[in-house]
Amino acid sequence: MMNKKQFPREEYFAPGHRGCAGCGASIVARMALKAIGRDTIVVNSTGCLEVFTTPYPETAWKVPWIHTAFECAGAVAGGIERAIKALKKRGKYKGRKLVVMPISGDGGTADIGFQSLSGALERGHDMVYIMYDNEAYMNTGVQRSSSTPLFASATTAPAGKISKGENNPKKDMAMIAAAHGIPYVATACISYPEDFMRKVKKASDIEGPAFIQVLQPCTVGWGYSTENTIKIGRLAVETGLFPLYEIENGDFKITYKPAKRKPLKEYIKMQKRYRHLTDEDIEILQKNIDEKCKLLGLE
Amino acid sequence: MVTIAAIIYEPGSTTKNKTGSWRTFRPIMDNKKCIKCENCYIFCPEGTIYEDENGDFKINYDYCKGCLICVNECPVNALTSIREEK
Repeated sequence: MMNKKQFPREEYFAPGHRGCAGCGASIVARMALKAIGRDTIVVNSTGCLEVFTTPYPETAWKVPWIHTAFECAGAVAGGIERAIKALKKRGKYKGRKLVVMPISGDGGTADIGFQSLSGALERGHDMVYIMYDNEAYMNTGVQRSSSTPLFASATTAPAGKISKGENNPKKDMAMIAAAHGIPYVATACISYPEDFMRKVKKASDIEGPAFIQVLQPCTVGWGYSTENTIKIGRLAVETGLFPLYEIENGDFKITYKPAKRKPLKEYIKMQKRYRHLTDEDIEILQKNIDEKCKLLGLE
Repeated sequence: MVTIAAIIYEPGSTTKNKTGSWRTFRPIMDNKKCIKCENCYIFCPEGTIYEDENGDFKINYDYCKGCLICVNECPVNALTSIREEK
Protein backbone atom coordinates (compact mmCIF):
# COMPACT_ATOMS: atom_id res chain seq x y z
CA MET A 1 0.00 0.00 0.00
CA MET A 2 1.26 3.43 -0.88
CA ASN A 3 1.45 6.22 1.65
CA LYS A 4 -1.74 8.14 2.16
CA LYS A 5 -2.36 11.73 1.02
CA GLN A 6 0.15 11.52 -1.76
CA PHE A 7 -1.39 14.31 -3.78
CA PRO A 8 -2.59 17.70 -2.51
CA ARG A 9 -6.33 17.70 -1.92
CA GLU A 10 -7.05 21.32 -2.85
CA GLU A 11 -8.89 21.72 -6.15
CA TYR A 12 -8.23 24.88 -8.15
CA PHE A 13 -9.84 23.56 -11.30
CA ALA A 14 -13.60 23.09 -11.01
CA PRO A 15 -15.61 20.30 -12.64
CA GLY A 16 -18.43 21.09 -15.04
CA HIS A 17 -16.15 22.48 -17.74
CA ARG A 18 -16.89 21.51 -21.35
CA GLY A 19 -13.82 19.37 -22.02
CA CYS A 20 -14.41 16.06 -23.76
CA ALA A 21 -14.71 12.94 -21.63
CA GLY A 22 -11.16 11.70 -21.15
CA CYS A 23 -9.60 15.09 -21.97
CA GLY A 24 -5.88 15.31 -21.29
CA ALA A 25 -5.62 19.12 -21.21
CA SER A 26 -7.86 19.35 -18.15
CA ILE A 27 -5.63 16.79 -16.42
CA VAL A 28 -2.62 19.02 -17.20
CA ALA A 29 -4.34 22.09 -15.72
CA ARG A 30 -5.56 20.21 -12.66
CA MET A 31 -2.18 18.68 -11.86
CA ALA A 32 -0.21 21.89 -12.48
CA LEU A 33 -2.47 23.92 -10.18
CA LYS A 34 -2.30 21.23 -7.49
CA ALA A 35 1.49 21.38 -7.68
CA ILE A 36 1.87 25.18 -7.42
CA GLY A 37 -1.15 25.99 -5.27
CA ARG A 38 -3.24 29.09 -4.74
CA ASP A 39 -0.76 31.87 -5.52
CA THR A 40 -0.86 31.33 -9.26
CA ILE A 41 -1.82 33.69 -12.06
CA VAL A 42 -2.73 31.74 -15.15
CA VAL A 43 -2.20 33.28 -18.58
CA ASN A 44 -4.07 31.19 -21.09
CA SER A 45 -3.69 31.82 -24.78
CA THR A 46 -6.36 30.71 -27.19
CA GLY A 47 -6.78 27.00 -27.56
CA CYS A 48 -8.82 24.06 -26.39
CA LEU A 49 -8.12 24.68 -22.72
CA GLU A 50 -9.19 28.32 -22.91
CA VAL A 51 -12.37 27.57 -24.84
CA PHE A 52 -13.71 24.70 -22.79
CA THR A 53 -12.85 26.10 -19.35
CA THR A 54 -14.49 29.48 -19.78
CA PRO A 55 -17.89 29.36 -21.46
CA TYR A 56 -18.95 32.93 -20.59
CA PRO A 57 -20.22 33.77 -17.93
CA GLU A 58 -18.75 30.73 -16.24
CA THR A 59 -15.19 29.72 -15.48
CA ALA A 60 -13.62 26.52 -14.24
CA TRP A 61 -10.59 28.31 -12.76
CA LYS A 62 -10.39 29.12 -9.08
CA VAL A 63 -7.21 31.20 -9.49
CA PRO A 64 -6.74 34.53 -11.33
CA TRP A 65 -6.89 33.80 -15.02
CA ILE A 66 -6.48 35.93 -18.12
CA HIS A 67 -7.17 35.06 -21.72
CA THR A 68 -4.78 36.34 -24.38
CA ALA A 69 -4.70 36.00 -28.12
CA PHE A 70 -2.75 33.13 -29.66
CA GLU A 71 0.33 35.30 -30.23
CA CYS A 72 1.01 36.80 -26.87
CA ALA A 73 0.99 34.42 -23.91
CA GLY A 74 4.70 35.13 -23.36
CA ALA A 75 4.30 38.90 -23.64
CA VAL A 76 1.27 39.09 -21.34
CA ALA A 77 2.96 36.84 -18.76
CA GLY A 78 6.05 39.06 -18.93
CA GLY A 79 3.94 42.16 -18.34
CA ILE A 80 2.18 40.62 -15.35
CA GLU A 81 5.49 39.51 -13.88
CA ARG A 82 6.94 43.04 -14.17
CA ALA A 83 3.75 44.51 -12.66
CA ILE A 84 4.05 42.18 -9.66
CA LYS A 85 7.68 43.23 -9.27
CA ALA A 86 6.70 46.92 -9.33
CA LEU A 87 3.90 46.38 -6.79
CA LYS A 88 6.25 44.43 -4.53
CA LYS A 89 8.61 47.42 -4.53
CA ARG A 90 5.71 49.48 -3.17
CA GLY A 91 5.21 47.01 -0.36
CA LYS A 92 2.39 44.85 -1.71
CA TYR A 93 2.26 41.01 -1.49
CA LYS A 94 4.78 40.91 1.35
CA GLY A 95 6.34 37.48 1.77
CA ARG A 96 4.24 35.92 -0.98
CA LYS A 97 5.64 34.32 -4.07
CA LEU A 98 3.20 34.82 -6.91
CA VAL A 99 3.76 32.42 -9.78
CA VAL A 100 2.88 33.49 -13.30
CA MET A 101 1.91 30.43 -15.26
CA PRO A 102 1.32 30.88 -18.99
CA ILE A 103 -0.30 27.77 -20.38
CA SER A 104 -0.63 27.28 -24.13
CA GLY A 105 -1.15 24.48 -26.55
CA ASP A 106 1.39 23.36 -29.09
CA GLY A 107 -0.05 25.75 -31.69
CA GLY A 108 0.08 28.67 -29.27
CA THR A 109 3.65 27.78 -28.34
CA ALA A 110 5.46 26.28 -31.30
CA ASP A 111 3.71 28.15 -34.12
CA ILE A 112 1.76 31.31 -33.43
CA GLY A 113 2.99 32.27 -29.98
CA PHE A 114 6.60 31.45 -30.71
CA GLN A 115 8.04 34.93 -31.06
CA SER A 116 6.50 36.29 -27.87
CA LEU A 117 7.60 33.17 -25.98
CA SER A 118 11.12 33.47 -27.35
CA GLY A 119 11.19 37.14 -26.35
CA ALA A 120 9.95 36.40 -22.85
CA LEU A 121 12.51 33.63 -22.35
CA GLU A 122 15.28 35.87 -23.63
CA ARG A 123 14.30 38.78 -21.36
CA GLY A 124 14.30 36.39 -18.41
CA HIS A 125 10.83 36.90 -16.93
CA ASP A 126 10.17 34.81 -13.85
CA MET A 127 7.46 32.43 -15.05
CA VAL A 128 6.49 28.80 -15.48
CA TYR A 129 5.54 28.31 -19.11
CA ILE A 130 3.54 25.15 -19.67
CA MET A 131 3.04 23.86 -23.17
CA TYR A 132 0.34 21.22 -23.29
CA ASP A 133 1.29 19.28 -26.36
CA ASN A 134 -1.50 17.40 -28.10
CA GLU A 135 0.29 17.52 -31.43
CA ALA A 136 -2.27 19.45 -33.53
CA TYR A 137 -4.83 22.27 -33.39
CA MET A 138 -7.48 20.20 -31.64
CA ASN A 139 -9.80 23.07 -30.81
CA THR A 140 -10.57 23.97 -34.42
CA GLY A 141 -10.67 20.40 -35.70
CA VAL A 142 -7.29 18.68 -35.80
CA GLN A 143 -5.31 20.87 -38.20
CA ARG A 144 -1.61 20.12 -38.32
CA SER A 145 0.79 22.18 -36.22
CA SER A 146 4.57 22.14 -36.27
CA SER A 147 4.32 19.79 -33.28
CA THR A 148 2.47 17.14 -35.31
CA PRO A 149 4.71 14.08 -35.63
CA LEU A 150 5.79 12.48 -38.88
CA PHE A 151 3.13 10.41 -40.69
CA ALA A 152 0.28 11.41 -38.39
CA SER A 153 -2.91 12.22 -40.26
CA ALA A 154 -4.51 15.63 -39.64
CA THR A 155 -7.32 17.40 -41.48
CA THR A 156 -4.90 19.75 -43.24
CA ALA A 157 -2.38 16.96 -43.81
CA PRO A 158 -4.69 14.04 -44.51
CA ALA A 159 -3.43 10.58 -45.35
CA GLY A 160 -4.52 9.34 -48.74
CA LYS A 161 -3.30 7.74 -51.95
CA ILE A 162 -0.30 10.03 -52.35
CA SER A 163 0.24 11.50 -48.91
CA LYS A 164 1.06 9.62 -45.73
CA GLY A 165 -0.16 12.49 -43.59
CA GLU A 166 2.20 14.95 -41.99
CA ASN A 167 5.48 15.00 -43.92
CA ASN A 168 7.69 16.85 -41.42
CA PRO A 169 9.06 15.59 -38.15
CA LYS A 170 7.91 17.08 -34.84
CA LYS A 171 9.46 20.35 -33.78
CA ASP A 172 11.52 19.84 -30.64
CA MET A 173 10.20 22.73 -28.57
CA ALA A 174 11.89 21.76 -25.30
CA MET A 175 15.31 21.83 -26.92
CA ILE A 176 14.54 25.13 -28.66
CA ALA A 177 13.58 26.60 -25.26
CA ALA A 178 16.77 25.17 -23.78
CA ALA A 179 18.79 26.90 -26.49
CA HIS A 180 17.71 30.23 -24.92
CA GLY A 181 19.91 29.31 -21.98
CA ILE A 182 17.08 29.58 -19.45
CA PRO A 183 17.47 28.06 -15.95
CA TYR A 184 14.94 25.26 -16.27
CA VAL A 185 13.52 23.21 -19.14
CA ALA A 186 11.67 19.94 -18.75
CA THR A 187 9.48 17.49 -20.61
CA ALA A 188 6.71 15.67 -18.81
CA CYS A 189 3.70 13.49 -19.49
CA ILE A 190 0.34 13.39 -17.71
CA SER A 191 0.73 9.63 -17.25
CA TYR A 192 3.52 10.31 -14.74
CA PRO A 193 1.84 12.71 -12.30
CA GLU A 194 4.51 12.63 -9.57
CA ASP A 195 7.19 13.47 -12.12
CA PHE A 196 5.12 16.23 -13.75
CA MET A 197 4.05 17.83 -10.48
CA ARG A 198 7.56 17.73 -9.08
CA LYS A 199 8.82 19.49 -12.20
CA VAL A 200 6.14 22.18 -12.02
CA LYS A 201 6.87 22.79 -8.35
CA LYS A 202 10.59 22.97 -9.02
CA ALA A 203 10.03 25.34 -11.95
CA SER A 204 7.92 27.63 -9.76
CA ASP A 205 10.64 27.77 -7.09
CA ILE A 206 13.35 28.69 -9.59
CA GLU A 207 13.95 32.39 -10.29
CA GLY A 208 13.71 33.16 -13.98
CA PRO A 209 11.91 31.55 -16.87
CA ALA A 210 11.08 27.85 -16.86
CA PHE A 211 9.59 25.90 -19.72
CA ILE A 212 7.77 22.59 -19.39
CA GLN A 213 6.48 20.62 -22.35
CA VAL A 214 3.75 18.19 -21.33
CA LEU A 215 2.62 15.46 -23.68
CA GLN A 216 -1.12 15.11 -23.45
CA PRO A 217 -2.98 12.56 -25.58
CA CYS A 218 -6.18 13.88 -27.16
CA THR A 219 -9.04 11.45 -27.53
CA VAL A 220 -10.65 13.26 -30.50
CA GLY A 221 -7.57 14.17 -32.51
CA TRP A 222 -5.56 11.01 -31.99
CA GLY A 223 -8.56 8.73 -32.38
CA TYR A 224 -8.77 6.34 -29.46
CA SER A 225 -11.46 5.53 -26.90
CA THR A 226 -11.66 7.84 -23.90
CA GLU A 227 -10.39 5.46 -21.23
CA ASN A 228 -6.96 5.11 -22.89
CA THR A 229 -5.71 8.69 -22.39
CA ILE A 230 -3.27 7.75 -19.64
CA LYS A 231 -2.30 4.44 -21.21
CA ILE A 232 -1.28 6.06 -24.50
CA GLY A 233 0.74 8.72 -22.71
CA ARG A 234 2.55 5.99 -20.82
CA LEU A 235 3.25 4.10 -24.06
CA ALA A 236 4.67 7.27 -25.64
CA VAL A 237 7.22 7.45 -22.84
CA GLU A 238 7.94 3.74 -22.62
CA THR A 239 8.58 3.41 -26.34
CA GLY A 240 11.09 6.24 -26.14
CA LEU A 241 9.03 8.46 -28.43
CA PHE A 242 8.70 11.14 -25.78
CA PRO A 243 11.63 10.96 -23.34
CA LEU A 244 11.15 12.60 -19.95
CA TYR A 245 14.06 14.81 -19.02
CA GLU A 246 14.96 18.07 -17.34
CA ILE A 247 17.70 20.57 -18.08
CA GLU A 248 18.58 22.53 -14.97
CA ASN A 249 21.16 25.29 -15.51
CA GLY A 250 22.51 23.40 -18.49
CA ASP A 251 22.69 19.99 -16.79
CA PHE A 252 20.77 17.41 -18.78
CA LYS A 253 19.16 14.61 -16.81
CA ILE A 254 16.80 11.83 -17.88
CA THR A 255 14.13 11.62 -15.17
CA TYR A 256 12.45 8.42 -16.28
CA LYS A 257 14.28 5.59 -17.95
CA PRO A 258 12.11 2.73 -19.20
CA ALA A 259 13.60 -0.62 -18.15
CA LYS A 260 13.19 -1.90 -21.69
CA ARG A 261 11.88 0.23 -24.50
CA LYS A 262 8.64 -1.12 -25.94
CA PRO A 263 8.24 -1.42 -29.71
CA LEU A 264 6.63 1.64 -31.27
CA LYS A 265 4.01 -0.52 -32.97
CA GLU A 266 2.10 -0.89 -29.69
CA TYR A 267 1.69 2.88 -29.52
CA ILE A 268 0.88 3.34 -33.21
CA LYS A 269 -1.74 0.58 -33.36
CA MET A 270 -3.89 2.23 -30.70
CA GLN A 271 -4.48 5.41 -32.67
CA LYS A 272 -6.69 6.19 -35.63
CA ARG A 273 -4.42 8.98 -36.87
CA TYR A 274 -1.81 6.32 -37.71
CA ARG A 275 -4.11 3.65 -39.14
CA HIS A 276 -2.89 4.14 -42.73
CA LEU A 277 0.69 3.17 -41.85
CA THR A 278 2.27 0.01 -43.22
CA ASP A 279 4.90 -2.01 -41.38
CA GLU A 280 7.64 -0.31 -43.45
CA ASP A 281 6.43 3.13 -42.38
CA ILE A 282 6.45 2.08 -38.74
CA GLU A 283 9.97 0.79 -39.28
CA ILE A 284 11.07 4.27 -40.45
CA LEU A 285 9.53 5.86 -37.36
CA GLN A 286 11.11 3.25 -35.11
CA LYS A 287 14.49 3.98 -36.64
CA ASN A 288 14.09 7.72 -36.00
CA ILE A 289 13.25 7.04 -32.38
CA ASP A 290 16.19 4.67 -31.92
CA GLU A 291 18.52 7.37 -33.21
CA LYS A 292 17.01 10.03 -30.94
CA CYS A 293 17.18 7.76 -27.89
CA LYS A 294 20.79 6.96 -28.62
CA LEU A 295 21.53 10.68 -28.74
CA LEU A 296 19.82 11.28 -25.40
CA GLY A 297 21.42 8.25 -23.74
CA LEU A 298 18.31 6.08 -23.43
CA GLU A 299 20.13 2.72 -23.80
CA MET B 1 -25.80 41.84 -19.38
CA VAL B 2 -22.18 41.48 -20.44
CA THR B 3 -19.75 42.53 -17.70
CA ILE B 4 -17.08 45.16 -18.39
CA ALA B 5 -14.09 43.53 -20.13
CA ALA B 6 -16.02 40.26 -19.90
CA ILE B 7 -14.73 39.72 -16.37
CA ILE B 8 -16.10 36.64 -14.64
CA TYR B 9 -16.47 37.43 -10.94
CA GLU B 10 -17.28 33.97 -9.63
CA PRO B 11 -14.37 31.51 -9.64
CA GLY B 12 -15.13 27.88 -10.36
CA SER B 13 -18.63 28.69 -11.60
CA THR B 14 -18.76 25.92 -14.21
CA THR B 15 -20.03 23.74 -11.36
CA LYS B 16 -23.48 25.04 -12.36
CA ASN B 17 -23.19 22.83 -15.41
CA LYS B 18 -23.84 19.24 -14.38
CA THR B 19 -21.87 17.21 -16.91
CA GLY B 20 -23.03 13.90 -15.41
CA SER B 21 -25.69 13.74 -18.13
CA TRP B 22 -22.96 13.12 -20.75
CA ARG B 23 -22.31 9.66 -19.38
CA THR B 24 -22.90 6.44 -21.31
CA PHE B 25 -21.03 4.21 -18.88
CA ARG B 26 -20.97 4.62 -15.14
CA PRO B 27 -17.89 3.71 -13.09
CA ILE B 28 -18.65 1.90 -9.83
CA MET B 29 -16.19 2.05 -6.94
CA ASP B 30 -15.77 -0.93 -4.63
CA ASN B 31 -14.24 0.53 -1.49
CA LYS B 32 -13.48 -2.91 -0.03
CA LYS B 33 -11.06 -3.66 -2.87
CA CYS B 34 -9.58 -0.12 -3.00
CA ILE B 35 -5.96 0.15 -1.85
CA LYS B 36 -5.99 3.99 -1.96
CA CYS B 37 -3.22 4.31 -4.51
CA GLU B 38 -4.94 7.56 -5.69
CA ASN B 39 -4.54 6.71 -9.38
CA CYS B 40 -8.21 7.40 -10.11
CA TYR B 41 -8.10 10.53 -7.97
CA ILE B 42 -5.22 12.18 -9.84
CA PHE B 43 -6.04 10.99 -13.36
CA CYS B 44 -9.69 12.10 -13.34
CA PRO B 45 -9.99 14.97 -15.86
CA GLU B 46 -12.90 16.46 -13.91
CA GLY B 47 -11.73 15.97 -10.35
CA THR B 48 -14.96 14.13 -9.57
CA ILE B 49 -13.33 11.52 -7.35
CA TYR B 50 -13.06 12.75 -3.78
CA GLU B 51 -12.05 11.42 -0.41
CA ASP B 52 -14.87 11.31 2.13
CA GLU B 53 -14.48 11.79 5.88
CA ASN B 54 -13.66 8.08 6.41
CA GLY B 55 -10.82 8.27 3.89
CA ASP B 56 -12.73 6.31 1.26
CA PHE B 57 -12.72 7.46 -2.34
CA LYS B 58 -16.13 8.26 -3.80
CA ILE B 59 -17.30 9.37 -7.24
CA ASN B 60 -19.37 12.52 -7.70
CA TYR B 61 -21.84 11.45 -10.39
CA ASP B 62 -23.05 15.03 -10.88
CA TYR B 63 -19.96 15.73 -12.96
CA CYS B 64 -18.50 12.35 -13.99
CA LYS B 65 -18.53 12.24 -17.81
CA GLY B 66 -17.93 8.50 -17.88
CA CYS B 67 -14.57 8.50 -19.66
CA LEU B 68 -13.59 5.42 -17.60
CA ILE B 69 -9.92 6.41 -17.23
CA CYS B 70 -10.33 5.46 -13.55
CA VAL B 71 -11.54 1.96 -14.46
CA ASN B 72 -8.60 1.50 -16.82
CA GLU B 73 -5.98 2.80 -14.39
CA CYS B 74 -7.12 0.96 -11.25
CA PRO B 75 -4.40 -1.60 -10.40
CA VAL B 76 -6.70 -3.86 -8.34
CA ASN B 77 -9.94 -3.65 -10.35
CA ALA B 78 -11.80 -1.89 -7.57
CA LEU B 79 -13.54 0.13 -10.27
CA THR B 80 -15.92 -1.48 -12.74
CA SER B 81 -18.29 0.02 -15.26
CA ILE B 82 -21.93 -0.55 -16.10
CA ARG B 83 -24.08 0.94 -18.85
CA GLU B 84 -26.04 4.00 -17.78
CA GLU B 85 -29.74 3.19 -17.89
CA LYS B 86 -32.87 5.04 -17.00
